Amino acid sequence: MAALIEIDRLTKKFGDTTVVNDVTFTLKKGEVLGFLGPNGAGKSTTMRMLAGFLMPTSGTARICGADVVERPIEAKRKLGFLPEGAPCYPEMTVEGFLGFTARVRGYRGVEAAERVSHAMKLADLEAVRLQPIEILSKGFKRRVGLAQALLHDPPALVLDEPTDGLDPNQKHEVRELIRRLAPEKAIIISTHILEEVSAVCSRAIIIARGHLIVDATPRELEGTGQTLDEFFRDLTLNIPAFGF
Amino acid sequence: MAATADSPPDFAPPPSFAKPAAPKVSLRERLPSIDLRPALVVARRELAAYFATPVATVFIVVFLALAGVLTFGLGNFFARGQADLVAFFTFVPWLLLFFVPALTMRLWAEERRSGTIELLLTLPIATWQAALGKFLAAWAFCSIAVALTFPLWVTVNLLGSPENGVILSGYVGALLVAGAFLAMGAAVSALTRNQVIAFVLAVVVCFVFAVSGTPVVTEFLSSRTPLLAEAARSISVFERFNGFVRGVVALRDLVFFGSLIAFFLFVNVVVLDHRKAD
Repeated sequence: MAALIEIDRLTKKFGDTTVVNDVTFTLKKGEVLGFLGPNGAGKSTTMRMLAGFLMPTSGTARICGADVVERPIEAKRKLGFLPEGAPCYPEMTVEGFLGFTARVRGYRGVEAAERVSHAMKLADLEAVRLQPIEILSKGFKRRVGLAQALLHDPPALVLDEPTDGLDPNQKHEVRELIRRLAPEKAIIISTHILEEVSAVCSRAIIIARGHLIVDATPRELEGTGQTLDEFFRDLTLNIPAFGF
Repeated sequence: MAATADSPPDFAPPPSFAKPAAPKVSLRERLPSIDLRPALVVARRELAAYFATPVATVFIVVFLALAGVLTFGLGNFFARGQADLVAFFTFVPWLLLFFVPALTMRLWAEERRSGTIELLLTLPIATWQAALGKFLAAWAFCSIAVALTFPLWVTVNLLGSPENGVILSGYVGALLVAGAFLAMGAAVSALTRNQVIAFVLAVVVCFVFAVSGTPVVTEFLSSRTPLLAEAARSISVFERFNGFVRGVVALRDLVFFGSLIAFFLFVNVVVLDHRKAD
């Protein structure tokens, strides 16, 4: 089966600092990839390049075969992206905001309205649909961002910390949602929470200082005899072993 | 086309019929870059955002109040004893010089600060569509503010019989000045996430284009480099505006404003794309 997300020797430099260094991996339909790494490891930068917000210094990525550098608009159509912190326009209502993203994506009339109400149902936002986003709690804001990413039913999803700021029940709901969507999509989620990886991911990648250092299943990670936490700390603190 | 052997050759369809008809969407598929609809969707959202916040009220009220004070106070509207809006049009470009940067300073700077720029630019639209949408919304908003000075126009029509064509051309000129300043301010706003810097720089850029044709500047330049003086006069926004106030709508002035706006929108897109590549 063709890969839905292909990352091909992706590299990003800011000035002299290499933030993402020669990262390569592919993701097939049905896979949920946990993207792990300490703060500043290059997770968000990688995701921003996938979403077309940053241009790679070298290498590229493809979403459903569409190159993010050469055919950015086509790639963006196939991708649902939740940016870090789930930014939304604060003065808009939930419904107004989702309607805006629907129209930008080319939906009109009844179809736009149906897309919006379906996305609100998925993210459980119906109760707040007419409230301005700025008065919503952090958890609701995150779900508005999620709804926006799911609105066009994209084959590929890139979610930057989708459960950050949610209470345990909401975390559980978002994980359930991801699990439900998983069979039909390729999903990347970045997270600090290691238990989340065992909870929803079929695969885990750890990056540190821009380098991909582990690509394994959560089960394999646990099979090392350490807890995930210990394993993660060992790996990411002992970077010099990787040739720095 | 399966023409039967006995059908007369005259009825044979022209060769172009033999090709399958091009599907209707083909033009848009071939030229995706000229699709204006996403820009209009962005413009609509932006315009609604002005009115969803106190920005619109404060801007319009203060703009109208100052326009009135300047026209009737400093402009000696009544003492002139003439039924025209020259007193008003003398001050409008100066008002725009400060009000337009106040409007544009948040255009990109705020999106960058709040992170929504990451959302906007990862939606499937081209950078120019986002930039054009924002510009159009700001321009529509400015047009509303300028149009709300219509009581002045009503007043001169009650007091006398002005040349309404001249007044109309003055208004067109004011909107073009606003458009040029907006394009400059938007491009500057893309450069920084700090709104104060965006405001001050935009005022400076607009000011340079505003006064480059005034005698102070051109006389200073012509005594040294006459060629520069000529160039300075030709890019002067206020100089062109004066033509409109006199009732002269010249094609070259329309082209001038059109190119100025297009140029700064282009700069805006280049700045945004450059920051993506960094």
